[in-house]
Formats: sequence, C-alpha cells, structure tokens
Amino acid sequence: MSQHHNQPGFTDQSAIRNFCIIAHIDHGKSTVADRILQLSGIVPEREMRDRFLDRMDIEQERGITIKSQAVRVPWTYDGQEYTLGMIDTPGHVDFTYEVSRALAACEGAVLLVDATQGIEAQTLSNLYMAIDHDLTIIPVLNKIDLPSAEPDKHAEEIAGLIGCDPSDVLRVSGKTGEGVRELLDRIVVDVPAPSGDPDGDARALIFDSVYDSYRGIVTYIRMVDGELRSREKLHMMGVGTTYDPIEIGVISPDMMPTRALGAGEVGYVITGAKDVSQSKVGDTITSAAHPASEALPGYRDPQPMVYAGLFPIDNAQFPELREALDKLKLNDAALVYEPETSVALGFGFRCGFLGLLHMEIVSERLSREFGLDLISTAPNVPYEVTSEDGTVHRVTNPSEFPEGKIKRIVEPVVAADIITPKEFIGAVMELCQDHRGVMGTMEYISADRVEMHYRIPLAEIVFDFFDQLKSRTKGYASLDYHEDGEQAADLVKVDILIQGEKVDAFSAIVHRDKAYSYGVMMTKKLRELIPRQQFEIPIQAAIGSRIIARETIRALRKDVLAKCYGGDITRKRKLLEKQKAGKKRMKMLGHVEVPQEAFVAALATGETGNDRDTKDKIRAAQKTEG
Amino acid sequence: MTYEVYVHVPFCLRRCGYCDFNTYTAPDMGPGASRGDYASTAIAELRLLRRWQLGHGIDEPAVSSVFFGGGTPTVLPPRDLIAIVETIGELWGIEDGAEITTEANPDTVDADSIGALADGGFTRISFGMQSAVPHVLRTLDRTHTPRNVAEGVRAARGAGLETSVDLIYGAPGESLDDWRASVRTALALGVDHLSAYALTVEARTKMGRRIAAGELAAPDDDDEAAKYEIVDDMCAAAGLRWYEISNWARPGHESRHNLGYWRNVDWAGVGPGAHSHYTLPAGDGPARSLRAWDLLHPRAWAQRVRLGDVPWADSERIGADEDVEERVMLGMRLREGLDLAEIERVSGHDASAVADELVHEGLVERARGGRLVATRRGRLLNDAVIERLFDALL
Ligand SMILES: Nc1nc2c(ncn2[C@@H]2O[C@H](COP(=O)(O)OP(=O)(O)OP(=O)(O)O)[C@@H](O)[C@H]2O)c(=O)[nH]1
Ligand code: SF4
Ligand SMILES: [Mg+2]
Repeated sequence: MSQHHNQPGFTDQSAIRNFCIIAHIDHGKSTVADRILQLSGIVPEREMRDRFLDRMDIEQERGITIKSQAVRVPWTYDGQEYTLGMIDTPGHVDFTYEVSRALAACEGAVLLVDATQGIEAQTLSNLYMAIDHDLTIIPVLNKIDLPSAEPDKHAEEIAGLIGCDPSDVLRVSGKTGEGVRELLDRIVVDVPAPSGDPDGDARALIFDSVYDSYRGIVTYIRMVDGELRSREKLHMMGVGTTYDPIEIGVISPDMMPTRALGAGEVGYVITGAKDVSQSKVGDTITSAAHPASEALPGYRDPQPMVYAGLFPIDNAQFPELREALDKLKLNDAALVYEPETSVALGFGFRCGFLGLLHMEIVSERLSREFGLDLISTAPNVPYEVTSEDGTVHRVTNPSEFPEGKIKRIVEPVVAADIITPKEFIGAVMELCQDHRGVMGTMEYISADRVEMHYRIPLAEIVFDFFDQLKSRTKGYASLDYHEDGEQAADLVKVDILIQGEKVDAFSAIVHRDKAYSYGVMMTKKLRELIPRQQFEIPIQAAIGSRIIARETIRALRKDVLAKCYGGDITRKRKLLEKQKAGKKRMKMLGHVEVPQEAFVAALATGETGNDRDTKDKIRAAQKTEG
Repeated sequence: MTYEVYVHVPFCLRRCGYCDFNTYTAPDMGPGASRGDYASTAIAELRLLRRWQLGHGIDEPAVSSVFFGGGTPTVLPPRDLIAIVETIGELWGIEDGAEITTEANPDTVDADSIGALADGGFTRISFGMQSAVPHVLRTLDRTHTPRNVAEGVRAARGAGLETSVDLIYGAPGESLDDWRASVRTALALGVDHLSAYALTVEARTKMGRRIAAGELAAPDDDDEAAKYEIVDDMCAAAGLRWYEISNWARPGHESRHNLGYWRNVDWAGVGPGAHSHYTLPAGDGPARSLRAWDLLHPRAWAQRVRLGDVPWADSERIGADEDVEERVMLGMRLREGLDLAEIERVSGHDASAVADELVHEGLVERARGGRLVATRRGRLLNDAVIERLFDALL
C-alpha cells in the first residue's frame, strides 16, 4: 500500500504525529496501546497478546509497565496516510523519569483517565509535566465498558482541570476497542506535526537505550532536524565519539532496518559500540560529515530518592556486578551507583533509586538478566550531617554517619499530593501527622474528592507510607510526590550487633522518636529471619554504646531426618544437596549464616508492633535513656 | 557381596492420620493389585527381577535377609507371605541363619498367625506400637490398644521370634512423661530391638492439614530433642544400645536387613513404590550403582508386571559425587561410623581438618580404625555434620 510515501526516512513531517500515552498507574495505557496496534494492522491477530508493549517478562508478571516503549504505527485519516510515533509510558511514580524522557520526544500526549476512578495523583503530575513540555493534550476516559464507569462525572472533572469542554473528552474502552478509531483520528487532527528543520544539519535526541548481548548498544532516537543515513558516519555530540552505524531503523512493532531516518521520525541506531560509557540518554547524534553546531537540550539527571547497597553474595562476582550495572544503566537511566565497601558484605555498590519499586526492579533485573545472586541492604534517604567541628558529611549510607557529637542533621523533604474521597480526609490527616507531615492547602477537584498538599520528610514517605495510605482509605487515595527542599531533623543512628559484632549493613538512621521501636522491631525481625544454628546468637540494637534492645536465637538442638531406609535414601540425598545449594545463598557474618531477606528486613518493621511483647520491649528501650 | 530382598505390601485396614506411605485401604484394587492376588503379582515381579539382573551381568548371591514392610504386611494371610519367601529361596537361595522379618500392626496378628509365620521361616517381627499412651494413640489415629501390643510380643517370643517395636515421639499433646511411659512400657515387653522416630508431619496428610489449620500444635524441635535424649538414656539403661540414629538393640539383635541399607549393600525391592539398589559391575560406565523404584500405584504396578516388564517407574545412576554423598550420609547414621581414610580415598579430598573441627565441637568422636562416629549431639545435628563433611569431600 504505502510504496512511495511514509517509508522511513522518506516521510514528510506533515504526515507525522508523535504522541505518548500518559496516565495514573493501571488506568489502561498499555491496553489502549494494544487496540491501536491491532487497529493499525501492524500486529497480526495471531501474534497479539495482552499488553504487547510490556515486553519484559517482569512487566508481564507484575502487570505493570516499567519501560516506555516507542512504536511506529500507520494510520489513514480522510484518505491520507499518516505515521504515528506512539510511546506507551509507565504510570508508577518511581518511573516518572521514563515518562519525562518520552515527553521530550513528542508533540502530543493522550491523557488517559480510568472512567471508574477519575483523576488520580499521577494523572495530575503527568499532566503538569506534559504541559511543561508544551504538548497538546488529548483527554480520554478509558474503561467505559465497565458498569461502574461514570464518564459524565469524570469528564466534568477533567474539563475543569484542563479547561476544555466536557464534550471534548473522548471515551474509549481498551478492552472492547470502542472509541479507539476516533481517538486516532483525533490525534491526527489535534497533535501538531513535528517542526524541525528537515534540511538542516542532522540532530537526533537519544531518549532511551538498551544493551543487546549480540549487537551491542541500541539507542532509541527522535530525529529533530535533518536526516541520518545508514551508510554515513555518526557523531555523538556529548561523549564526542564517531561511529559507522551497523543499523538504523524503526520499530513497528519489532526492529526494522531502514536506509535513513528523517526529521520528526522516531527510530533506533545500533552503533556497534560495546563500551557502555559510549552512550548516554539525552545526548545528541549528528552526522560526522555535516555536524550540527549545537546539541539539543537533553535531560536533567533525576535525583535519587533512596539509596541502598547491592552486594554480590559471592564477593568474587563483584566485577560481574559492575558490568551488569553498567549495562543495565543503559536501559535504566535513573539508576546511579558508586562502589562501596562494607565490613560485613565486602565489595559492592551504593545505588541510588527513585523509590522502592525501582529498587526492587533493579535487583530483580540484575538477578534475572545477569544471573547475579545479590544482597540488598535496607534503603535509606540521603542526609547532610554536620559534626561539632563544622565538617559537613553527605550521608547516603548509615556507615558514613560520623561518630561523636553532631551539630545538625538535615533531611530531604517532599511535597506530597494526595487525592482522596472526602470521607477519608480525617484518616489521611492523621496518617500524615504520624509521619511528621505539615499540611498545606486542600482543594476540591469535584464535589466528593479533594486534593491535599503536604510537606513530609522523604524518609517518612518512601517506605510503607503508601501501603498505609491505601489501607486507611480502602484503596481510594492516590499519592504523588516530588522533591521540595530539606529541613533540620532530630535523627539518630541505630546499630545492630550480631554476637556482639556490629553489622554495618544493618545500621539505620531514624528519627529519635522512632529509634526505640525500630531497634525492638529490627531485633525481633532478625530473630525470625535468621535460622537457628548450632550455637546461641544474641542480637542487639544500640544507639552509640547504649544497648536498647536484645533478642536471642536459641541454639539449634535437632537437625536430622528420623528415618532413612532404602526408599528414603534418594530423597534424603536430594534434600541435602538442596540445603547445600540454599546455604550458598546465605551470607556468613562471622560464624552466623544470614539469609538474603534479613538485609531488607528493616523495610518491613513498620507492619507489626501491636503485640504485648513488642510494646513492653519498646518501653524498656526508652528507659535506657538518661 | 551381601544381597537382600525388600517386599512392600501396600495395604492397611485404615489410614493413620500422620501417614503418607504408599498404602491403600480399599480391599479391591483391581486385578493383580488386590489383597487377594497381591502375592502372585509380587512373585511374578521377583522372577522378572531375577531375569533383569542376569541380563545385566548382576549375579546376586543367596539372600541374607528378607523384609516385609508396608503398609501392613500382616493384612495378608501368612501363607501369602510364606509363598513369597519360598520363591525368593527358589530364585536366589536363602543363606543359613538369614533374617526374615515382617512388620505387623498389633491388631492384625494373633498367636495362630504368628505361629504360622514362624513355621514358614520368619525369624523376626517388628510391631508398630507407636505409643503406650491412649491419648497419643488417638492423636496418631491408631486403631490398636496398648494391650494388643503386649499380646503380640508375647506370642512372637513364644514362637521363638526376635521382636522389635516402633515408637513415635513428638505427637501434638505428648508430654515428656507420656513419652517416658511409652518407652518404659516398650522396654518392659522385653523386646530385643526398639526403633524410635520423631514424628514427621507431611503437609498432605490429615494431620498436616489439621496442624496447618491450627487445630493441632506443630511438633517442636526442642521437645523432640529432649525426647530423643530420654529414649537414648532409657534404652541404654535397659541394655539396648544405639546402632543407628533411630535404632537401639541388645547386642547381636540389630536388624541386619536395615544395616544393609546403611552399609550400601545390594537389594531388590518388590511391590508398588519399592526401591532397589545394585552395585554396577566395573566397566559399566562411570556410574557406581543404580537405584530404581517401582511404580507407586498398585494398579499400574500390576499392569506392568502382567505385561512382563520390570515395573520400575524410574531409576538413577549414582555417579562418583553422589556415591560419596551417600556413603557419608549413611555412614554417619551408624554407631560403626564412617571410615574416614576410605571416604577420603574414594573422594580424593582431605577431610581431616573438618573432622578435627567436628571433634572439637563435640559432634563426632574418632573411634577405632580411624572411623568417625557421631556423638549424641552429633546424632541430633546429623544433617549439619553431613553437610560439613560434604563441603570437605566434594
Ligand atoms: N474493563 C476494562 N479493563 C481495562 C480497560 N483498559 C485496561 N483495563 C484493565 O486494567 C488493568 C490495567 O491495564 P494496563 O493497560 O496494564 O494499565 P497501564 O496504565 O498500562 O498500567 P501501568 O503501565 O502499569 O501504569 C488491566 O487489568 C487491564 O486489563 C478497559 O477499557 N476496560
Ligand atoms: S499402619 Fe502404618 S502404613 Fe498403615 S496407615 Fe498407619 S502408619 Fe500408614
Ligand atoms: Mg502499562
């Protein structure tokens, strides 16, 4: 059909529309994208599967999008053929950096809102970001097939928010496909064509990349000006290197090599480079023969919200971990890391993440994609600690917390936006107060829902705040937050000692009010998680030299199979082999075998704590003071 | 080389709540697999096994022991069990003074049936006593009474048979005194041999489900350790000494059949789910021995025998590493212990440093001939001892 026009590299900018789909988590972006892929015919019926663009196993298993994915989709409107560059984006707050990079490659954004839920916290944050990038917004209500959908009500909400008429809000169903055709037509009509200079010197923005073990680094680009040809040398303006590209192409829905990419198009380049430092998102690619004089603006590096240590269980795997992080970083630009050494865990990396989900995904990808067995330590936020002598320490790891008298500690603070039905206002206020939050303003976004604004220490929000918010609002509230300066705080370092030895990987910096309960919970948790061994293991929590809590793991007395007759021998041998393999995954601290999970136990210390024993021990811990 | 035969009889009158053995309570399991014609299928299997052995260059000597286990072998009439023993004699011969044992549930035997077994060549009966305390027997879902056991043991001794009883400790609700009472009662019967097993709860059993649902308390390792020490002390005081982790006997009355398992001899297993073990002739590839096991379900088992095939479900060849693992884990269960020099030679690794550590930690002792023998603490922590030796030897 399209023999002559709309071929990659030969598409007139006026026929190109680049847009991304943005929304709160689970509002149906990837599902609507499925219907678009189907309607346009680029994914044959038999190859279609749910959430086609969630290409990673980990995305399919968890049912969430982690990576933005760009695809080139043809669409005919009013007899003319158009090329749509579509980017499906993630909705979870930890992956906002993926969204912001996608926005920079587009002229329009489809703002999807679940018609049963209405506007949620990330609907707003993503919308604001899209407006900051000067994108045309197409508001769409999704899931109108559901009986509980209230499209009229939520259309009002959206209209109020972006200043359009409620009738401008499209209605679709990612499930049935209803309304998707109209949506595509609307994209053609409303989203502006790209406006780069097709005849200028080539400039392409790298908005993502990935390491392919066969082909090396694959970079995803948005052509802004000019044209890149597959047989022409390329130059990376930021890192300053020049290549003969192995391949240039578009993704539709898989990688398709082409001879060129022209202004306004979205595609990929394989440079053949295997050295991962040779590629950086936000860099500009130009032609080596006719280089552009000025690079594109690029991206601002995101600030990590939490830090945690990642250590190979087997320290000999340290070089592999470094290589794996370098490669993963190509596909996860928000990840930062630098080497660190722990007395307990040996050589590893202190890594910065955008949140706990991000952290979980990174360690899971490292073990799945690179076969590494890792321990991650309890995450913490960064602090600035001033000692009495005036030296300022930036503490991203509790072990960097200076000894001796402290003059001042400064902790990061976020602005948190919470959307909730009005009947939960009281519950939300209580929760925020418990977490040292200071209330700002509150606005009604509709007759029965409000948006509440708080300033809260980051450390209070990144761990279990969201879970508690969900449970106290029956799942109805949503949360978004972003950096908002810092403040002085009364914090102390709590150390954990196993068999009298301080284990640096278990130290944590916590607010003084919570130090005692933290110490008690942590020792209790470790007592549960560390298996009994041949000898007694004391576990203590301490502030400085003062012990505030103690638990004991009693010595193991029995570890033997009662029966081992003829038919039991094979089973018993396999059991022992399995146990032996399991032991390999434990970390030896002195003589004590500690399972991987123990190192993130601090994460879960918020859950329990209402039993008698815990309360008594916390009271006893408080008495140790003074 | 020593050669034994194990016969699995997969029938019980009723299933005990903690039991996950391969046993069935329906009297009619279809042709060849029912109680009535089990013996003829087992006999057919014996012939198939003999043919297989000869076809694979394995010419076993006369058997030194036959053991009927289950299930409850004594739900079959004595003549069926005797017919099986006779076939074994016909195919391989039976050594003079061979040990021929059957397990028995106290409520499935009487003086007559015991007399018939003795006349048919049986030398030993092992009774499933489990406990002498009524509430513990109830928790274990056992059908017999403490009185049945005493009668059975008396009848067996009267018929000139060696006797053994099995006990189970750690059942939910069993106190230390309950356990002492059970051991005392068992020893008072004058048995030559006693086995005591910690209750192992399997998730898929009735008891497993009740524990998961919180209706019963889960067995506690510390309680079981204390009970182990109790039975060990009481047996020693009564002149029964330990010869395997869970077994005590008057000297000379150890179960020769079971010792065979731990000494890694050859044996043929007959009946649904029964395991066999053969040392492979040198030159038959790298594997040192073969373990094979019969199809589990009596019906599938009987069908395969009827087709004239050895009814194995699967088998595995034990290579050099697995052989070392087996020798260590079996040897460390025994009072005669593990021959350290021998295992070091077989594995090609030096384990003396670990052995020294284990001695130092009080888990093993060095015995005559450089053998390593678990101390009582080492028996209770046997898996840890074995794993440490694995680390050194593999
Ligand atoms: N009934 C109905 N369900 C839908 C519709 N669209 C999406 N869903 C369901 O909503 C859930 C979330 O859909 P996704 O497409 O994964 O949502 P998403 O916005 O891509 O989620 P993230 O990428 O993780 O933010 C899935 O269970 C979908 O099947 C719809 O129109 N109708
Ligand atoms: S008698 Fe033995 S084999 Fe039969 S059900 Fe009870 S425990 Fe199981
Ligand atoms: Mg998605």
